[in-house]
Amino acid sequence: MMPFDAVTAVLVIPAAAAALLAALPGYRITARINVLATLLTFLAALSLTMERPAPGPYLLIDDLNNVFIVLTTFVGFTTSVFSATYIGHELEIGRLTPTFLRFYHAMYQVLMFAMNLALVANNIGLMWVAIELATLTTVLMVGIYRTHEALEAAWKYFILGSVGIALALFGTILIYMAARPVIGEGLPAMVWTNLLARAAEFDPALLNVAFVFLLLGYGTKVGLAPLHAWLPDAHAEGPTPISAVLSGLLLNVALYALLRFKMLLATNPNAVAPGPLMVTLGLISLIFASFMLYRRRDIKRMFAYSSIEHMGIITFAFGMGGPLANFAGLLHMTMHSLTKSAIFFAVGHIAQVKGTQKIADMGGLTETNPALGWGLVLGVVAIAGLPPLGIFMSEFLLVTSTFARQPWLAILLVMGILIALGALFLRLNSIAFGEPRGPSGKATASYLPMYSHLALVFGAGIYLPPAVVTWFQNVAKLLG
Amino acid sequence: MRGLVFDIAHMLAGGLVLVSFMQLYQDRLYALLNIFALHALVLALSVAWQAYIQDAPHLYVTAVIALVFKAIVIPVVLHRIIVRLGIHREIEQVVRVGPTMLLGMGLVALSMVVMLRVTAEADPLAREDLAFALCVVLLGLLMMVTRRNAVSQVVGFMSIENGLVLAATGAKGMPLVVEISIAFSILIAFIVIGIFLFRIRERFDTVDIQALDRFRGERS
Repeated sequence: MMPFDAVTAVLVIPAAAAALLAALPGYRITARINVLATLLTFLAALSLTMERPAPGPYLLIDDLNNVFIVLTTFVGFTTSVFSATYIGHELEIGRLTPTFLRFYHAMYQVLMFAMNLALVANNIGLMWVAIELATLTTVLMVGIYRTHEALEAAWKYFILGSVGIALALFGTILIYMAARPVIGEGLPAMVWTNLLARAAEFDPALLNVAFVFLLLGYGTKVGLAPLHAWLPDAHAEGPTPISAVLSGLLLNVALYALLRFKMLLATNPNAVAPGPLMVTLGLISLIFASFMLYRRRDIKRMFAYSSIEHMGIITFAFGMGGPLANFAGLLHMTMHSLTKSAIFFAVGHIAQVKGTQKIADMGGLTETNPALGWGLVLGVVAIAGLPPLGIFMSEFLLVTSTFARQPWLAILLVMGILIALGALFLRLNSIAFGEPRGPSGKATASYLPMYSHLALVFGAGIYLPPAVVTWFQNVAKLLG
Repeated sequence: MRGLVFDIAHMLAGGLVLVSFMQLYQDRLYALLNIFALHALVLALSVAWQAYIQDAPHLYVTAVIALVFKAIVIPVVLHRIIVRLGIHREIEQVVRVGPTMLLGMGLVALSMVVMLRVTAEADPLAREDLAFALCVVLLGLLMMVTRRNAVSQVVGFMSIENGLVLAATGAKGMPLVVEISIAFSILIAFIVIGIFLFRIRERFDTVDIQALDRFRGERS
């Protein structure tokens, strides 16, 4: 018998909600149940920060995944609030039918379940299964509109995502092979805490090859540059709440998996240092995505490229390692999740008002829809990394700590960030200001999720509570 | 006795690589599906042999899944889909057979060099299995790259998956192998057959990925 604790709750609530939502008809009730379930999951996740159960062979809560899980459940909750109004509108204009809506809500909960499972898993096999499940559900969600473009996006995502997880599984098997002579056969050799404790004795050559596969495999899911092709399409063609969850959460979950394996390699003195590999991929993603931002004509696609850019920065930070860079990476990840989902909330409503996602057909939003327009402006100012918002602080920390160690890398980093900033403001100018273009009906929007995220980002830029700082410092130390 | 046990395992794993090569040059969908069924059959035999020599009864479950699901159900269903869609045409290949085979050989050489070198200390059976499994995975990737047709891309993906199952069973005592093979089967059954082919057929009346490529990001 498993005792009923908060970890179980984090998994059981979404799973039960998924089953319930699949059975219930009617959009108003299901949307509310969706919100309620994500709220309960978030509360359970919060309680984990107070009291955490001892690690078992399958589940584990430590400082590292606690950050991720609180963030995931929080953004999952606010997105479900946004999703309730967004989906209502989609139903009205007939892009979704009630049957598909039922499916959508059930899948939303399955996705939350899969992400939570991937985060709390103490077993590298279980973690892999959970990430596969999350991929599967998002593929289905991306294709839910069943248009030509949505199907192609879903197909591309499916093919690239499956190849990615296949490579990750091969890497996982190799890790087990490396662990088997040291730990012994069977389940213990796949338990992450055991692996970490004994990693120093593993065969370094096997670990190296395994890490290459894991980096390519999970890196595909993070959206790192040569492997990112699925990401812009998937973001642009799916429902906007899914874009928000993909950018804000699923990329983080894949990165989390990568971090776990990086920690394994770091404890083995003879294995190749994982840092430089991650730094290289991160920089390539950052610079590539920054340039790509200039040619975007579709608003969701543009912010998808911005996500690639920021995942690049975060991967770079964790690749640099050390307490300061890790701290910056963690902060950046949190801020990026909050900001990017807020931007997608704004973009979702904007696209509904304008009836299109083409940037050329949008203009003067701050005049026609001030609440949405200014929300977007604030979001873009935050994501571009202007002071005094949260992302400025994490980027500043990262740049200064890099400058002290590798000045050349810092120059490349700053260059990438500035190029992206230029592109974002160029586009923002035409969307938010100037002559109003396109239809300008009233938006039936819920502004609460968007502005609460922006307020958090703004607050974090000015004052980080000491409790959070110590928490993040502990995690940064853990990451090495 | 030890020698014979090893030789049979070696032969079955090597046979899987050989069948992967056979998949590469099939230019008709029917033939491709038949070869895939053979691929799954060889995998099932290989897994069953591993279950026998490792004395690990749970691996028989994986073998049965491979046999029933991948060697029988999936090929039959795909056959029917092909007939219903009316695509008995030839498969168009992006790269021709000759260069594809050469590339395939290069990949096999690469994986042998990599895997045999890094696993020098592991026991020989697991070593061979891993090296062959990597070959199968890479050949499956090659097939996905060189084909345009949705059905043959799915077949490529399934042969990648077969390679992974081979690797997982070769790693002695690895837990969750059965769970992983079930998860993979669900992935394939759920997405590929149930949703995608039907939707793609419904919307485009073709399963040629090139037809989907009219939409290329923002160029349209």
